[in-house]
Amino acid sequence: MQAFTNVTAIPIPLVRDNIDTDIIIPARYLKTVSRKGLGEGAFYTLRHRDDGIPDPASPFNQARFKDSAILVAGDNFGCGSSREHAAWALVDLGIRVVIAESFADIFDSNAFKNGILTVTLPRPAISRIAAEGEAGRAVEVSLEECRVRLADGTTYGFEIDPFRRRCLLEGLDEVALTLAEHGEAIAAFEAEQRERAPWLWETPTNALTLTKSAPR
Amino acid sequence: MSERKGSTLYDRIWQAHRVRDLAPGTALIYIDRHLVHEVTSPQAFEALAAAGRSVRRVDATLAVPDHNVPTTPQRERIDDLLSRRQLKTLVENCARFEVPLIAIDDPRQGIVHVIGPEQGLTQPGMTIVCGDSHTSTHGAFGALAFGIGTSEVEHVLATQTLALKKARNMRIRIEGTPGFGVTAKDMALAVIGRIGAGGATGHVIEYAGSAVRSLSMEGRMTLCNMSIEAGGRAGLVAPDETTFAWLKGRPLAPSGAMWERAIAAWRSLASDADAVFDSEVTIEAAEIAPQVTWGTSPEQVAPITSHVPDPAHLEDEAGRRAAEAALAYMDLKPGTPLEEITIDQVFIGSCTNSRIEDLRAAATILKGRRRAPNVKRVLVVPGSGLVKRQAEAEGLDRIFIAAGCEWREAGCSMCLAMNPDKVPPGERCASTSNRNFVGRQGPGARTHLLSPAMAAAAAVTGRLTDVRRLLSS
Repeated sequence: MQAFTNVTAIPIPLVRDNIDTDIIIPARYLKTVSRKGLGEGAFYTLRHRDDGIPDPASPFNQARFKDSAILVAGDNFGCGSSREHAAWALVDLGIRVVIAESFADIFDSNAFKNGILTVTLPRPAISRIAAEGEAGRAVEVSLEECRVRLADGTTYGFEIDPFRRRCLLEGLDEVALTLAEHGEAIAAFEAEQRERAPWLWETPTNALTLTKSAPR
Repeated sequence: MSERKGSTLYDRIWQAHRVRDLAPGTALIYIDRHLVHEVTSPQAFEALAAAGRSVRRVDATLAVPDHNVPTTPQRERIDDLLSRRQLKTLVENCARFEVPLIAIDDPRQGIVHVIGPEQGLTQPGMTIVCGDSHTSTHGAFGALAFGIGTSEVEHVLATQTLALKKARNMRIRIEGTPGFGVTAKDMALAVIGRIGAGGATGHVIEYAGSAVRSLSMEGRMTLCNMSIEAGGRAGLVAPDETTFAWLKGRPLAPSGAMWERAIAAWRSLASDADAVFDSEVTIEAAEIAPQVTWGTSPEQVAPITSHVPDPAHLEDEAGRRAAEAALAYMDLKPGTPLEEITIDQVFIGSCTNSRIEDLRAAATILKGRRRAPNVKRVLVVPGSGLVKRQAEAEGLDRIFIAAGCEWREAGCSMCLAMNPDKVPPGERCASTSNRNFVGRQGPGARTHLLSPAMAAAAAVTGRLTDVRRLLSS
């Protein structure tokens, strides 16, 4: 995971509720076997008119937001599918922070695993930050201090799980962390479960008779 | 001694899988079963290979291709290069990491959330994950089952655990007897209509009440499947005799003395009478009419007897703007009776409604009737090869074909249009799937979610129709 430092950018205003994962990245872009290059399909329907021409009214097509790393949205951002492609698409666009009124659970977790900070703030703060974006003014997001600062000095504090904050700041590899710190505890749990609930261990998936074949 | 609160079913499963506490409210949770499909796994296997790691428990992992697979015969011939590569990558990864795979040409192949229960992999009290949000389906068996992202897929493959924050408890009771023609799908849509698309965010839902208790396993799966559309990462129904009877004798279910031991443990899987839920909702089943969505979020739903709502009447500004945008996309006018909306396509399938009972319900309506002339296509896609075989043994395929439907091979199909099954731009589809999002069934596609019987009724009349009319005639 890429370590998170402070981010300063003009926030892209996208204050709508229920921005679902099909809006963030349509299913036809999910056929990739890579994490990279998904920015091309990110917010496709919001960035294009019905005839496929880029829509100049979309903030994603406006020069002032071109290099922005901050997105501001409404309630229930990232609802829908579990596709981590939504987080990869945002990373590919250069987004490192999403500020919203609330996040869908799976998206929130996926964002975190990819070094994206999700900041939950109430509606008035969201509206104010979006207005800063509309006005072309940058805001600063500090994970060290857990606050968002506007150009006029207004600040909004936010809360974040301490474990998540540490992982983001240090860019930790969670799999390596789990194996190193909890490997023995996992083995001990398995031994205990085998005694307590043996049927879970006596119905292995590889007991199914399976053939090997490949699509041609 | 301090007063002890009772435990919920969710608390109980959480507690039984806690490997270690990581922080207050966060624990490392053991995962009993991991289902894998071709779309959300390649990057996880790639990361595993790059780090030189192996799959910790291949005996607890099962893979199946479903999202990309064509539903036409000779399905191993895949024209789309990207789909073919993704499917091939799954086969290669399973061979390399020794993960059991139900291959594309295996008669047991199907949608991951149909085949898990069908093979008896899904059992009460388990923790089950899959890189797919509709993993909530398996909660119908009293298993804690939820969708995960690809980084979590990698974490489970490598460690068989996940670091999780404990969710809050929500109980949704559906009480009484549902009216004639009202199904589990209508209950699910009515729940989402009541609490909203984010109503259960941060919660695990336990479905209770006499109407839930009376549902078949297929109905419970439909209900739990849609939990995620209300924001609930998981849905649960406490296991009972219906559950045990359904599960007994399936290939991966315990047998003999181990079966007896397992059901003795499963009988204790329920919420205590004094368990406290963070949130409670009660719905009277008798008040639910057949439901249909009119917008681009599952919460934009109404009884078939009503009209397209007028956004001007909505008090909340964000809701009003969302409704206006939805009606523009759906090309609908406020005040139009829902039954006057004509349709172009019908899709009967998906992990929500592709099981044998769903196909029987659709066939009951379609028997001796014909697809309306304005309906260009009615796609019937069974959830698995075994569902297909069962339907054919019952003669359902002949009913569908005689009615002018296309009878297909198993897969996710037109629910998300990753395979060649798409709704063309601007066309309107009556669909038994789970999401009516913008572009979900193909770019520019317009989706109305409804039950299999309602979808069949729409196929016959060519417009959204109150199925009760056709049932009583």
